[in-house]
Amino acid sequence: MGNVMAIFGKEMRSYFGSPIAYVMAGVFLLFSGFVFRNQLLEFHDMAVYLKLAEREEKILLNVNTEVVTPFFEFQTFIWMIVIPMLTMRLYAEEKRGGTYELLMTSPITSAQILMGKFLACYVLYLLIEAMAFGYIGVLSMYAQLDWGPVFSGALAVVLIGATFISVGILASSLTENQIIAAVLSFFFLILLWIIDWAARFASDIFFVILKFLSLIEHTRDMIHGVVDTHDVVFFISAAAFFLFLTHTVLESRKWRA
Amino acid sequence: MIEVDRLTKRYGAFTAVDDISFQVGKGEIVGFLGPNGAGKTTTMRVLTCFLPATEGTARIAGYDIFDNPLEVKRRIGYLPELPPLYRDMRVRTYLEFIAKIKGVAPKEARQRIDEIVVQCGLVDRTEQLIGHLSKGYRQRVGLAQAILHDPEVIIMDEPTSGLDPNQIIEVRQLIRELAQERTVILSTHILPEVEMTCNRVIIIHEGKIVAVDTPENLTANMRDTTRFFVRISGDIDIAAKAIATIEGVSDVTQVNNGLHVHWPAEADLSAAVSARIVELGMGLVEMKREAMSLEEIFHALTMYEKEA
Repeated sequence: MGNVMAIFGKEMRSYFGSPIAYVMAGVFLLFSGFVFRNQLLEFHDMAVYLKLAEREEKILLNVNTEVVTPFFEFQTFIWMIVIPMLTMRLYAEEKRGGTYELLMTSPITSAQILMGKFLACYVLYLLIEAMAFGYIGVLSMYAQLDWGPVFSGALAVVLIGATFISVGILASSLTENQIIAAVLSFFFLILLWIIDWAARFASDIFFVILKFLSLIEHTRDMIHGVVDTHDVVFFISAAAFFLFLTHTVLESRKWRA
Repeated sequence: MIEVDRLTKRYGAFTAVDDISFQVGKGEIVGFLGPNGAGKTTTMRVLTCFLPATEGTARIAGYDIFDNPLEVKRRIGYLPELPPLYRDMRVRTYLEFIAKIKGVAPKEARQRIDEIVVQCGLVDRTEQLIGHLSKGYRQRVGLAQAILHDPEVIIMDEPTSGLDPNQIIEVRQLIRELAQERTVILSTHILPEVEMTCNRVIIIHEGKIVAVDTPENLTANMRDTTRFFVRISGDIDIAAKAIATIEGVSDVTQVNNGLHVHWPAEADLSAAVSARIVELGMGLVEMKREAMSLEEIFHALTMYEKEA
């Protein structure tokens, strides 16, 4: 555990000692803030319109479905772009700079290094996410929120982040070039994202499989307020699977040729 | 302390290290000497458990590098050719991180870092960013990193490459100090470095060990001839033949615009050679003693080994 914390501390220092953490937090908060504001204005317009129309039948206008849900949906989309930039350096930079040799010749296991790096990136992710959650805090002062779907949406974002990061770390472990690492993770993430479009034209068993592999499919219910254990398990096991693959990639270097 | 047993490392069809065996005792400083691509770095990477051996194995302090890598890693300090530094860290922060991952007890780490910083001459640089340090200081931080956890074995890959002459002297001094109670393996392609620092030299060429000896014995073999470069005005072929007949001259070869004349180290035939040139009625334009380059020395050594 001491070793994991040593790597964790080093990575955190590296994120916050350089502009990366601030730039990425800034980018994320700017875009998610922009979407949040747009959704709010749209909601406001609709409310004004309905009031002016003075319709007889009551139309339910719900701040959760009009503002909170799109906000979380859009967040997962921005993270897909931001996370590769947070993870790309984790292994690629060490390999390029020769410090990977230092880590691998120190009495510390690949698994400890991997956990330290994953946790550092994940904690940074959660910190940025917590700031974005502040927008909803502000909203709650002026609107009657249904907190259930809010928290389930947040849970979806928290879970999908772990998966995104583990995909990004896998890409970083495959190369010593940070750009290639970032491009690889974009590719993987977008693939896992749009795979259910392909499902639409697949038949029977392929439909089920492709649908199952799609990340977007597993967030959909949760963001709308339905927490299904099968989705939770999906994200946790996906993150574990990609971390396991990364560990295998790192250890394979030690196999006897 | 270090036992290498029939170690082989192949990259695909290429054999980088070919069936080498050697032993290093406690307190020894052993130099790996060889041209670039001889397999020095690969051997070191295998010994430090960074690369797996294809065949054979090695034991460090009794622990097998393949079966017990963590125990081996606890006992070695490794300075790769490119010092493994985080450029965005300050020197002290970096050493604190090293202390953690090398398993130095947290209570002792602070004191240990203070000692190392003095030993490596980094006292007034501890708050600087590593990226802002000069190459010589970076090398010192690299050394500090390798010895921080007080390892029994220190492995250094070309510890003086890229340093200026003063820094080289300092680093060699430091290595000798370090070696007093430790075992050191260092690699180099600079012959005098081996002479000055090592008790024993392992010459490695195309992945094979071609000689293991003390530096004194090896250099004695290489120094038994003297070479002069001679430039004349006149027919170079006639001059070459005439010089070759001087008693004691072992070899005369033509180079681009002059001659290389060799004779045994104990004789001094410079007077005889210049006299012969004057006798021929030619002008002696230039005559100077030449040091043999490493390539030639190395060549001579590998040839010597084959003849023996």
